[in-house]
Amino acid sequence: MSIITIKDLHKVYDGTQVEVHAVNGVTLNIEEGEFSALVGPSGSGKTTLMNMLGGLDRPTSGQVMINGTDLSQLKDSELIDFRLHHIGFVFQSYNLIPVLTALENVEFIMHLQGIPSAERYARAKELLEAVGLGDRLNSRPGQLSGGQQQRVAVARALASKPRYVLADEPTANLDSHSTENLLDIMEELNRKENITFVFSTHDARVVKKAHRVIVLEDGKVISDEVRKKEVVNGPNE
Amino acid sequence: MKTDLKLAWRNLWRNKRRTIITIASIFFGVILSTYMTSMQEGSYAKMVENAVRFYSGHIQVQNEDFWENKTINNTFVETDSMKAKIASVSGIQLVVPRLESFALASSKQLTKGAMVLGVDPEKEDHLTEISKKMVRGKYLKKGSDGILMGETLAKYLQVDVGDTLVLLGQGYHGINAAGLFPIRGIFKHPSPTLDRQLIYMDLATAQDFYSADHLLTSLAMLVNEADEVPYIVNELKAKIHSPYRIMSWDEMQPELVQQINGDRDSGAIMKVILFLVIGFGILGTIIMMVAERRREFGVMVSVGMQKIRLAWMLIYETFIIGLLGILSGSLAALPILYYQYFHPIKLGGQAGQMMVDMGFEPYMYFSLAPKVFTFQVLIIFIIIMVISIYPFASALMLKENKALRA
Ligand SMILES: Nc1ncnc2c1ncn2[C@@H]1O[C@H](COP(=O)(O)OP(=O)(O)OP(=O)(O)O)[C@@H](O)[C@H]1O
Ligand SMILES: [Mg+2]
Repeated sequence: MSIITIKDLHKVYDGTQVEVHAVNGVTLNIEEGEFSALVGPSGSGKTTLMNMLGGLDRPTSGQVMINGTDLSQLKDSELIDFRLHHIGFVFQSYNLIPVLTALENVEFIMHLQGIPSAERYARAKELLEAVGLGDRLNSRPGQLSGGQQQRVAVARALASKPRYVLADEPTANLDSHSTENLLDIMEELNRKENITFVFSTHDARVVKKAHRVIVLEDGKVISDEVRKKEVVNGPNE
Repeated sequence: MKTDLKLAWRNLWRNKRRTIITIASIFFGVILSTYMTSMQEGSYAKMVENAVRFYSGHIQVQNEDFWENKTINNTFVETDSMKAKIASVSGIQLVVPRLESFALASSKQLTKGAMVLGVDPEKEDHLTEISKKMVRGKYLKKGSDGILMGETLAKYLQVDVGDTLVLLGQGYHGINAAGLFPIRGIFKHPSPTLDRQLIYMDLATAQDFYSADHLLTSLAMLVNEADEVPYIVNELKAKIHSPYRIMSWDEMQPELVQQINGDRDSGAIMKVILFLVIGFGILGTIIMMVAERRREFGVMVSVGMQKIRLAWMLIYETFIIGLLGILSGSLAALPILYYQYFHPIKLGGQAGQMMVDMGFEPYMYFSLAPKVFTFQVLIIFIIIMVISIYPFASALMLKENKALRA
């Protein structure tokens, strides 16, 4: 079943001199349980597309449907609530609220959702343990490495039990070891909990892990290749 | 709310030094402004007290027409029921009966208009303390047939203690009032205006002179607490009606009220300017705080925080800064004012001498009244409120996709 469908999506920025067609007629279905990579050179429109997939930006034309909801029908505040309840986000860097501990950062999402504190605590702890940070619950982001911070961000993205996590270049600032580690965690969550991941990347090692690779160039999809899970998982593990 | 407050609190201490400097600017502003206000209010209170003691008392009961038309015909009798009514109002320290009218005072060659005040010598002295201001002769005794007069008036008329003064006036219902009065004493009244025209006489003697048996023109009162005057006036007004009138000191001395208000206003302008300068400092801090956290705000809104909630969090931050400044400043000012209240500043030199000449004590007095603290609190609150529009609007207008790229 398609969890996201986008139809003939366009995004035009009014540049100072010329209009930039950052996304230029993209039609895509993302299926439940996918582990997909969005790749393409710098400026190809990855971030722009991801932002529209996550309801962070509105398209110039075209449609984004998530779980049967047409995002263009939502008012700004409804869109924020929709993101809170249905989508998990991991950004490239400085994802976390610096004055909150790892645990509090994960709890923050549930706090926004109005979940009682005991439940919040238990789930946040469980999620941080799942990303291997059970011993760093009370560390502030400044006391964590880049990789650890991204793992906290993944835990936070999952706090609202979304079916769907968007990650725009989550490994861009990580060394290869941390990159591998983060990808493994994401893949495990994908496999065990059937959470859909869409992530953009430049990194060939990350692309290798994806089950589906969508290549973007000048705002257009130029290739879309689905690989078998077993093929990817098998020899690498 | 609790978590949002916690978040706001922690955010404040991210840049400790900047926050402390900002709070310190409010802190010192509050101390300075509170000190100034206390000194102002203290001196106003002293001015009022002096004015009240010079002549008017805090409150007077008069015939309702007397203030506009000060003739001996607009008088009244102090009945027992009036006495009882006044006695039933609490907070009144002293009630002083007076019969007041104008007369021509003549010595051998010279004549001058004078204000003749028939008084109960003992009670009057509690209010105006004329006995302490005698320069020659003796203060009045009850039933005395003599008079006391201001030094300036005496000089003008070229008379002195032991001489006799002729007084000519209009008595009750047009009866001629004329009499010879031995001068028993000369006082120096601190108010030059009064020193030029005031003549004191025993009440019974005055009533006899004006053919106004048992009649009074006013009952002047002294209250325990000057701040309570409005309440006491209201209570008196509820009990004493036409043909009487209740007047408070500020109605009787509008020039003094004007002078105090004028001074208060110019002080207020200075304080507002002081806090505007401080306010711009706070605004600078807040603008920086918002600017350097744009990306963070973008993340918070992206993951599902409503902008209005973010906006409130930033308002908390702004208000906490203001509140800490106000509280710490007021608390620090308190012991300083306390000390000054009990140890007023003695004025030396010319300024001090000038005050002594005017009949004042040469001290700068301080006030501990609550209003000393409220003014700056109010200004800072207003300023903080205006400043918080900036982070509030910034949060509401945040574009998360742009902020994320910041
Ligand atoms: N706010 C904007 N205003 C104008 N042009 C923009 C804006 N945001 C992005 N663009 C342009 O849109 C195009 C796509 O940008 P986008 O950030 O989506 O690329 P990207 O594939 O994510 O690049 P990178 O790999 O460097 O992150 C670029 O040409 C960029 O300059
Ligand atoms: Mg990008």
